[in-house]
Amino acid sequence: MSGGRVTEHGPERDVVVTGMGAITPAGRGVAATWAGVLAGVSMATHDERLAAAGAPVAVSCRAPEFDVDAELGRGSVRRLDRFTHLALIAAREAIAQAGLVDGDPDVITTVDPDRTGVVIGTGIGGGESWESEYARLSVEGPARVSPLFVPRMLSNTAAGSIAIRTHARGPNLTVNTACAAGASAIHVGRDLIRSGAADVVIAGGVEAGITTIAISAFAQMGALSSNPEPASASRPFDVARDGFVMGEGAGIVILESRAHAEARGAKPLFTVAGCGASADAFHATAPPEDGGGAALAMQRAIEDAGIPVERIGHHNAHGTSTPLNDIAETRALRTVLGEHLPNVVVTSTKGVTGHLLGAAGAVEAILAAHALREGLVPPTANLTHQDPDIELDVAHGAPREVRLEAVLSASMGFGGQNAALVLTKA
Amino acid sequence: MSEDLLTTFTELLTSDFGVPADEVRADATFEALGLDSLDIVELTLALEDRTGVKLGDEDLEHVRTVQDAIDKVKERQA
Repeated sequence: MSGGRVTEHGPERDVVVTGMGAITPAGRGVAATWAGVLAGVSMATHDERLAAAGAPVAVSCRAPEFDVDAELGRGSVRRLDRFTHLALIAAREAIAQAGLVDGDPDVITTVDPDRTGVVIGTGIGGGESWESEYARLSVEGPARVSPLFVPRMLSNTAAGSIAIRTHARGPNLTVNTACAAGASAIHVGRDLIRSGAADVVIAGGVEAGITTIAISAFAQMGALSSNPEPASASRPFDVARDGFVMGEGAGIVILESRAHAEARGAKPLFTVAGCGASADAFHATAPPEDGGGAALAMQRAIEDAGIPVERIGHHNAHGTSTPLNDIAETRALRTVLGEHLPNVVVTSTKGVTGHLLGAAGAVEAILAAHALREGLVPPTANLTHQDPDIELDVAHGAPREVRLEAVLSASMGFGGQNAALVLTKA
Repeated sequence: MSEDLLTTFTELLTSDFGVPADEVRADATFEALGLDSLDIVELTLALEDRTGVKLGDEDLEHVRTVQDAIDKVKERQA
């Protein structure tokens, strides 16, 4: 580790969050999602669509349904994939809370739209559209492939569509670090503000990848739980964990400098104090046993925040409920936190929500920020017998009251791509 | 015949494109009905299912209204 880095702080450098939006299996909206994870009950259910398609696993965590055309405008079902629908719904909630609009719920008027950027993370993009359009190609032939397939499936359509709706003409990027994408997007968004490229960034992650082909492939690689009982399938850190449950959803935050927020009278909700990124440089899907890559991302985030590790009181884990991930993450935490490890209350909200893949890092940052603000760590659902090799203080059973100054959230993507965030109070 | 085709367009536009039936008139432009150029290509795919007529790019070049499209289909059927 480089020891000489000086992290500057100040109202121009500090990046705060002034709005949050989410749609997750735990609920529509940030408040419902937070209440859902506090309740600590898994949202996984039997998935009729997967069962009907003969998928090897028919358990998933789907986000609440809504009338897409009524909420997002006529033609939205046909023109846009579900992952873009989810991103637009979460973005609208975040924009409203941040006070970026005044009248039309989508059009940014209270800050300079030309200085407003969008950075969205996703792992898969328009997965449902790939599956349905390939079926059409196979059955009806190339002449019947829809031209709308292109904007539906392109993974940058969520970010592009947010700009089209909001008129945000700042930098517009899509970040793919697989299951770390939501956290990576917040990191990139933070840096766009620090570099002066944007005043405001709409940042977050989205995924809607519960398709027969994806479920089949993840099942073939042994990554999914084969537990036939949906309610107990996602059980991070438990000795009986046997894989993750696929979820879908979106989490979006509004980033701006503290100075920019104060100048326009917006209330900072929390501070994105540190961001870290790394690669395992090891394997396409497996983490190294020691979690070394993840540890590097966490160390970099803490160093970037310029705080001693002793200030970290809570870790919102990647905690996918796969045997490999949860052990590697435990070892990474031991490396990073050292003797402070027993003082950090860990949770994996994936016990409740399932694994939201590219949305996970953003949704979990929002949940970690709630834990920080309310001094309450949500329980890890289904943790009844903690794996003895998981030497962590994991909240379970009921929310844990803890006084918190700073929290950590980490995400590890296939490809060995890792992202970590340190959040502090506003 | 023309009335039948108008019925066909009305059915397609309401069922597949969510256009309210009372907005579909022969002189209505596709733009006013909320369809862009990609939507119109999609419409031609559905139209082919119903009528067996496939309108290509050159057919669509000057199609602005529902009546324009009906005329093109009739031209191809003739």
